Amino acid sequence: MILARFARNIRLGVKTLLLHKMRSALTMLGMVFGVGAVIAMLAVGEGASKQALDQIRRLGSQNILVTSQQPVAQSGSGSMQVRMNIYGLLYDDLDRIVQSFENVVTTVPAKLIRGQGRVGSRTLELRLVGTTPDWFQLVARNKIAGRNLVNRDLTEKANVVVLTEHGARRLLVGKEIVGSTVRINQGYYTVVGVIQSESMQSGSMQTPDQNIDAYIPLSVARERFGDMTVRRTSGSRTRELVELHQIIVQVDSTEHVESTAAGIERMLSNAHPNADYRMSVPLALLRQARATQRTFNIVLGSIAGISLLIGGIGIMNIMLASVTERTREIGIRRAIGARRKQIIGQFLIETVVLSVAGGLIGIGIGLLIPWLITMFADMPTIVTAWSVLLSVVISVAVGIIFGMYPAMRAANLDPIVALRHE
Amino acid sequence: MNPPESSAIVSASNQVIVLREVWKTYRMGDQDVHALAGVDLEIERGSFWAISGPSGSGKSTMLNLLGCLDRPTSGEYTFEQSDIATTTDDQLSDLRLKHIGFVFQNFHLIPQLTVQENIELPLFYQGANPEETALRARALADRVGLADRLSHRPTELSGGQQQRVAIARALANDPSVILADEPTGNLDTATGNSIMSLLTELHGQGKTILMVTHEPDIAAYAQLQLLMRDGRIESITQSKPSPIGAPTP
Ligand SMILES: Nc1ncnc2c1ncn2[C@@H]1O[C@H](COP(=O)(O)OP(=O)(O)OP(=O)(O)O)[C@@H](O)[C@H]1O
Ligand SMILES: [Mg+2]
Repeated sequence: MILARFARNIRLGVKTLLLHKMRSALTMLGMVFGVGAVIAMLAVGEGASKQALDQIRRLGSQNILVTSQQPVAQSGSGSMQVRMNIYGLLYDDLDRIVQSFENVVTTVPAKLIRGQGRVGSRTLELRLVGTTPDWFQLVARNKIAGRNLVNRDLTEKANVVVLTEHGARRLLVGKEIVGSTVRINQGYYTVVGVIQSESMQSGSMQTPDQNIDAYIPLSVARERFGDMTVRRTSGSRTRELVELHQIIVQVDSTEHVESTAAGIERMLSNAHPNADYRMSVPLALLRQARATQRTFNIVLGSIAGISLLIGGIGIMNIMLASVTERTREIGIRRAIGARRKQIIGQFLIETVVLSVAGGLIGIGIGLLIPWLITMFADMPTIVTAWSVLLSVVISVAVGIIFGMYPAMRAANLDPIVALRHE
Repeated sequence: MNPPESSAIVSASNQVIVLREVWKTYRMGDQDVHALAGVDLEIERGSFWAISGPSGSGKSTMLNLLGCLDRPTSGEYTFEQSDIATTTDDQLSDLRLKHIGFVFQNFHLIPQLTVQENIELPLFYQGANPEETALRARALADRVGLADRLSHRPTELSGGQQQRVAIARALANDPSVILADEPTGNLDTATGNSIMSLLTELHGQGKTILMVTHEPDIAAYAQLQLLMRDGRIESITQSKPSPIGAPTP
């Protein structure tokens, strides 16, 4: 019964608004754009932040990455033809990290060597990763076939390789992968396993498998390739002596990550005064990304607030005009016996219908824009349920807040004066 | 529960309206305008009054007051045993909704609503159920001879038809009192007379009718002629039983 009456009131409100279609449409516009912009911007922000967070999370929130890098000052040393650069992390550094920090659970060293894989006439540029079995634990990746590296591979210096799905597919089309032999640079390796490739996404973080990686035991890498690599660039040759390209350190819990990272940093900065290494802490990045997201949300919230305020004022303005225009109608309703509350209700329903209709159209636009962005700009967007829900709530709230004043004005008119109004 | 009390209530309820020394004063700048200056009046249930008098004599003010649209500045006003001086705005609204039907010179229909919706308005505010409301509106439209105009807009009707709709609307809540401020003021004589026969018919069915009019011909339809001057009642006269132009049954 009450519901039926409410439905009837809404129907009458809609009917009244439809008498002035153009005016009602223009009045809603503020809400349409306000709500549309909010949902669309939130979707873009959410998509971007999820992408960043995923990337960081993949690196492991309990991990610390230490990477060798060529110090800037050193790049000019040596003769023009042959440069010899010695820098980066040492096997000693690895030992020291293992010995000095009680919270460190695992450390994984890695040597990274450019190489060319060859099977028959097929070739593929690879990045050889000389590492230890623990690598496969720290950088979690699904095993697709065969096995990962094991400790015996290291101690026995077995000529085995684990390929990524990507690499395996390109090198060994249509062949039984596990057990095949692959030639990489000058050596032959038996494929013992295949792991999933990491989806190739651009990001700020360097992981050991941005390229098509091939994993071999660290001991084999050290023996076959030594620590010296030669790079040829436009006629000149650069020789680099790097013992380890990367050390991944896993800490027992996230609480100890930052203190341990600080400790490692302190230790390394003593041993490497020329700053030939770089540290990155995914957890810190994660925290930073969250803070950025929060700032983004605050800015967004302010923009949304302002646009909705403008939308609301637009609605209020029109409703005030409408009250003046319909003064006589208000007088008639009051003379018939409408209470003040009922007049307020009537005008409030009209404003809420306007603002909610605007809000709903805005939601439609807010869903469409992210979809278009994903379709044409290939950017990830995520429309969250709460942003849509919030928009509906805000639309109703804007209608009530900005409709209240005109409705009160209407209700407080003296019926006699209102009836005489021309 | 004692007999004298209950008999007093019965005799009081025969008086729909009682005014005692009622003043209505408007302040215009630094001057007081007494639109009503000490009015005493008793209106019996079922009577038919015509209120006339020169412009500015306070006729409309009195009708608005009687219609519970306003409260007196001073004096006592009892409407259906309610003391108007002490009622709240909501209570005044409820009194109008329950007991009063208004008919105006300018018809005062709501333009965006259809004839049916206009007639339904009092029932809508009473919260009656929609099916009954629609049935009643149809019956009322039939009674004023507009059953075939239910879905029309007021602007699509003639003045006389609009006033019939207004009367149907005034009847929707089955009021005890109908207040009409110059109901024929905007109509030609023939149409005016047809409206008057409708009002006379309602009077015959027991409604109390108070009507403001300038025209003696129209006033002649009523039983009692009240003449106002300068916010006071100058005279009340009983008209002859069967006025000229009134319908003969
Ligand atoms: N809201 C008001 N504010 C100030 N003065 C008012 C107001 N309403 C009525 N008056 C004054 O009260 C007096 C009576 O007015 P009222 O409208 O009752 O006269 P009336 O008899 O209906 O006149 P008419 O025949 O022209 O309709 C007039 O002098 C008028 O100016
Ligand atoms: Mg008047």
